[in-house]
Amino acid sequence: MEAIIQIRDVTKTFIGRDNQVEALKGINLDIERGNICGIIGMSGAGKSTLVRCLNFLEKPTSGTVLIEGQDLQAMNGAQLRKARTEIAMIFQHFNLLMQRNVQDNICFPLEIVGMKRREAKKRAAELLKIVGLSEKAKAYPAQLSGGQKQRVAIARALANNPKILLCDEATSALDPTTTKSILALLKEINIQYGITIVIITHEMSVVQEICNQVAIIDEGNLVESGSVEEVFSRPRTKAAQKLVFQGERSTMEMRGKRCIRIVFSENSSFEPVIGNMVLACKTPVNILLADTKDIGGIAHGQMVLQLPEDTVTAEKMIQYLKDRNLTVEELTDYVE
Amino acid sequence: MWNSETILMLVENTGITLYMTLTSTIMAYLIGLPMGIALVVTAKDGLRPIGIIYKLLDVIVNVVRSVPFLILLILIIPLTRLIAGKSYGATATIVPLTFAAAPFIARLVESSLLEVDKGVIEAAQSMGASLWTIICKVLLAEARTSLIVGATIALGTILGYSAMAGVVGGGGLGDIAIRYGYYRYESDIMWVTVILLVLLVQILQVIGTRLSRKLDKRSR
Repeated sequence: MEAIIQIRDVTKTFIGRDNQVEALKGINLDIERGNICGIIGMSGAGKSTLVRCLNFLEKPTSGTVLIEGQDLQAMNGAQLRKARTEIAMIFQHFNLLMQRNVQDNICFPLEIVGMKRREAKKRAAELLKIVGLSEKAKAYPAQLSGGQKQRVAIARALANNPKILLCDEATSALDPTTTKSILALLKEINIQYGITIVIITHEMSVVQEICNQVAIIDEGNLVESGSVEEVFSRPRTKAAQKLVFQGERSTMEMRGKRCIRIVFSENSSFEPVIGNMVLACKTPVNILLADTKDIGGIAHGQMVLQLPEDTVTAEKMIQYLKDRNLTVEELTDYVE
Repeated sequence: MWNSETILMLVENTGITLYMTLTSTIMAYLIGLPMGIALVVTAKDGLRPIGIIYKLLDVIVNVVRSVPFLILLILIIPLTRLIAGKSYGATATIVPLTFAAAPFIARLVESSLLEVDKGVIEAAQSMGASLWTIICKVLLAEARTSLIVGATIALGTILGYSAMAGVVGGGGLGDIAIRYGYYRYESDIMWVTVILLVLLVQILQVIGTRLSRKLDKRSR
């Protein structure tokens, strides 16, 4: 089946007074219907610009964006506004109308499509139930916590039964516990209503938590994309490694000594490999970094080990690990 | 001289001042509000950037605002005659008051609307809101407290201008102050008019502040 979102050679150049910034340098990406796709990158990588190209809040300088096969570029103003009612968006700072109460905030997108007041109120009540805020219908945004505000924003985004939900750093202003509950809500919405979700974030944990597809953006380029499992367990590019192994910095001082990185995949993570290796070689190793993650129920992870001075033992250890189908990588010439 | 006739005259002219002030403020908003909205919308980073319209409005506003009111008052006497049929009296004064206040109001409106969070405007755009919907339901609705504060300032300023119009026989309290205080040296009547003007400004200010506070839902 055709992907619900097709991004084709999208570039975006911002022209300033005396400089121009290439925010996007030719992005190609397909997002399948029903996916939760994470677009991750360092700040300034261009991910926010990319997500705004998906509803044409930013017009790409060149290239096309197809939503359900419809070219946004070819649309006139009214058609684009119509299309936008099916592509909802939530934001880092929630962007609620501060002078309207919760119920009226949710009614706003319904007013845009011309729904009758009475019906809109009914729909708002339904939506508040979905996001678990029924008792706050008459409250004003200023009286709500960040998590509650984002729930209202989600209810508002769902009002017109969108096919796609764009999330621009939607959890970045929230604490970890609230983030978890908002992500759980998004996942629920994805399953319940089959809404395709695109999540822009700079946090790996967000992608791990709910995405099944990931795209990594670095300096305006899409450097890696695929299933979360694939990209996270074997990041190929520098940018991807930097994001995936965010704890890497601590190994920087160890350069010059012999360090290796082992990458775990599903076939070996339940075996106490390092313990067995130490027992087999009768020499201890220094674990410099250990980071394992649970991705979609399968454990993945990486470790950085400092090997003993003795080359024979070190080689033996590397062989031992390789025999167990682990990816072993020497870190001596690893420079960020 | 503090007979019932004087008191009646003061009461009557307080009414005239209020009439001039309120009518000109309303008229000036009819011109200034759309101008302010247009300034925000057509600006470079506005919703519909149209450089020519923005520049034109910007220049008009600056030019009119840099002419002192008293001079503008005299300058547009032909226009006043054309519109009001005569160049003196309370109703005629509404013409120059409106013209002087409109650009000032346009700036007040512009600055109020610029305070509206860009993110909220973006959210409305992402929902497929039209320009008109964004102007009415986002810009004006979200900026309403600031707009009311602006209107209070505008009323106070126009009240001051209306008193100045007394110089050319504009009617109202300013007229009384000049005729009795300046030409006839009856300074006590002048003082009374000053006190009445101060009271009027005070009352308008209190009403404006109360109203804007009551309508502001941003505080807890």
